[in-house]
Amino acid sequence: MTNSITDLAGSKCIFIIGSNAAESHPIIMGEIYKAMDAGGVVIVVDPRRTAVAENAHIHLAIEPGTDIPLLAGMMRHIMDEGLYNAEFIEERVEGFEEFRKFVEGWTVEEASRQCGIEPSMIRRVAEIYAKADESAVVYCMGITQHVCGSDNVIALCDLTMLCGHVGTEHSGLYPLRGQNNVQGACDMGALPNVYPAYQPVADPDIRAKFEEAWGRPLSDKPGLTVVEMVRSAGSKIRGLFIMAENPALSEPDVNHVVESLRKFDFLVVQDIFMSETARFADLVLPGSSFAEKDGTFTNTERRFQLVRKAVDPPGSAKDDFSILCLLGNALGLNFNYESPADVMSEINRLAPPYGGITYDRLERQGLQWPCPNEEHPGTRFLHQGRFTRGKGLFVVPNHVAPKELPDEDYPWYLSTGRMFAHYHTGTLTRRAKQLDREVSRPYGEINSEDAAKLGVGEGGAIRVTSRRGSIVVDAKITDRVRKGSIFIPFHFAEARANILTNPALDPRSKTPEYKVCAVRVEKGES
Amino acid sequence: MDCRFVRTTCPFCGTGCGMLLKVVDGRVVDTLPDRESVVGRGHLCIKGWSAHEFVHHPDRLTHPLVKKGDSFERISWEEAISLAAEKFRGIAEQYGNDAIGGFSSAKCTNEENYLFQKLIRAGFQNNNVDHCARL
Ligand code: SF4
Repeated sequence: MTNSITDLAGSKCIFIIGSNAAESHPIIMGEIYKAMDAGGVVIVVDPRRTAVAENAHIHLAIEPGTDIPLLAGMMRHIMDEGLYNAEFIEERVEGFEEFRKFVEGWTVEEASRQCGIEPSMIRRVAEIYAKADESAVVYCMGITQHVCGSDNVIALCDLTMLCGHVGTEHSGLYPLRGQNNVQGACDMGALPNVYPAYQPVADPDIRAKFEEAWGRPLSDKPGLTVVEMVRSAGSKIRGLFIMAENPALSEPDVNHVVESLRKFDFLVVQDIFMSETARFADLVLPGSSFAEKDGTFTNTERRFQLVRKAVDPPGSAKDDFSILCLLGNALGLNFNYESPADVMSEINRLAPPYGGITYDRLERQGLQWPCPNEEHPGTRFLHQGRFTRGKGLFVVPNHVAPKELPDEDYPWYLSTGRMFAHYHTGTLTRRAKQLDREVSRPYGEINSEDAAKLGVGEGGAIRVTSRRGSIVVDAKITDRVRKGSIFIPFHFAEARANILTNPALDPRSKTPEYKVCAVRVEKGES
Repeated sequence: MDCRFVRTTCPFCGTGCGMLLKVVDGRVVDTLPDRESVVGRGHLCIKGWSAHEFVHHPDRLTHPLVKKGDSFERISWEEAISLAAEKFRGIAEQYGNDAIGGFSSAKCTNEENYLFQKLIRAGFQNNNVDHCARL
């Protein structure tokens, strides 16, 4: 995120799109409540009336997958009324002329026709966002998990630059990360095209630096993504090493993923439980939980923080750092690190934005990157005075409708996501008594009118079927979802929502479209 | 009774709230919010409050396991590590380095992620490394 979590409390307008922070990120929601107490206006855009929508001043229940039309309509009104920040654009952003043409290709009425929100409401929201002293945008998977997810993000960046709502304390963009160390995994180069700190593998100078440091020749060709590797099981990819991930629950169209997992010649899974994925492994290595290791996590505001070992791993399980060192040495790589701190010194040397992040300095509050040297205090918010790339750039977003829309055979919209008591694939939280007591069975949220038509009551069984598979869940009747839509959390192994989801990918980010696919819903046999 | 508190970071969402693990005689028995943490400032959500609950769960994996037919058998660490290295090397020799890949993890630490991508990149001269961040 461009700014810091606590800076949200000072925003005068918070525009939340595709994030149910009240359930997925409750502590960040606390900062949003503080902003409301101080007179800030909160606008929520989400097809569902989520918990955060219920607490907002304004909720826009758009048609699924119509974020860009809504944003284009808002930007058109901002242009027409001259509410954009001409001075900011002139000084700091490029590409305005082309972008202006894109916006002028839209009308508020056309936007309204596509996203289902009244033109007057689109205008009102545009004015609130543009006119507030400092406005922040908060978004999450509801924006990224679409075939045009990267374009949705581009449109949000355009909106912030158009109004100059970036580069100050309480403005900016807040992508909320789902898992604890998504930020860190990306920062550390667990991505097929970049080394740590987003240094491209294709750049010859960068590659030479890593070749020299690691003492090995390296490839200039970007590698395959998770989805691509699963699809190439047994053909291009023969041997796979999975560390603490559970694609058999988390990837779209999991029936197909499970088939693929069987096809690897050799699959190694390192985890702390026998996950749905580990069952398919040829070799399972017992790793350690967060309580059994030293290291750092980086949160969604770019803050490195210490993780400290409290107890030993059970039985002969080892901490993941030690397992990686053993394996690296067995492959002849000289992984003779004494401790995770030792690894951090290597990171300091090879990844300039993290150059000043040392364990000694992390003791109390952690440090936010960029932090290039030991004297640097870390960076609370980005793009102050100038953008990291020099000038900002308007990019024209390309709207693509969801790949699979309801039709005669599959007349319902399905969207998947998180709920408050569980985390991700449930491997950890489903084993916590307190959380399992809250919610222990898989469910699907449907509208009361739909429930009446189907003849199911609260808790009754419903069968949900897509072109890829079928599951049975309990009906949870709530008018938070629209008619003709069903929402299913994906935390439950016994009714895997991802059996149903569509593996259509955003061509740029390769993010699957978890948020929209077409299903049929029937009364189930219970 | 030996009782201490270990200051650490929540393992669940990307907010990264600070927390204290209460350790009694070598077991984590409770989780408490950390008032000195700049993130959370003494607050945790329901998931954070129960972060200790899965740590000593009886289902935890305790030994390396190798697949024999349809079931798993225990093996030693020496055997497990040399088996992994041997198999991966064999595949790379037979099908080329590009036939090896790895999924790193958004649940693991920065240091582990760093080592993981280095293992794939330096060990097999390819860039087939990714993680499931898109979810
Ligand atoms: S306590 Fe809750 S909000 Fe804080 S990091 Fe953990 S899961 Fe996220």
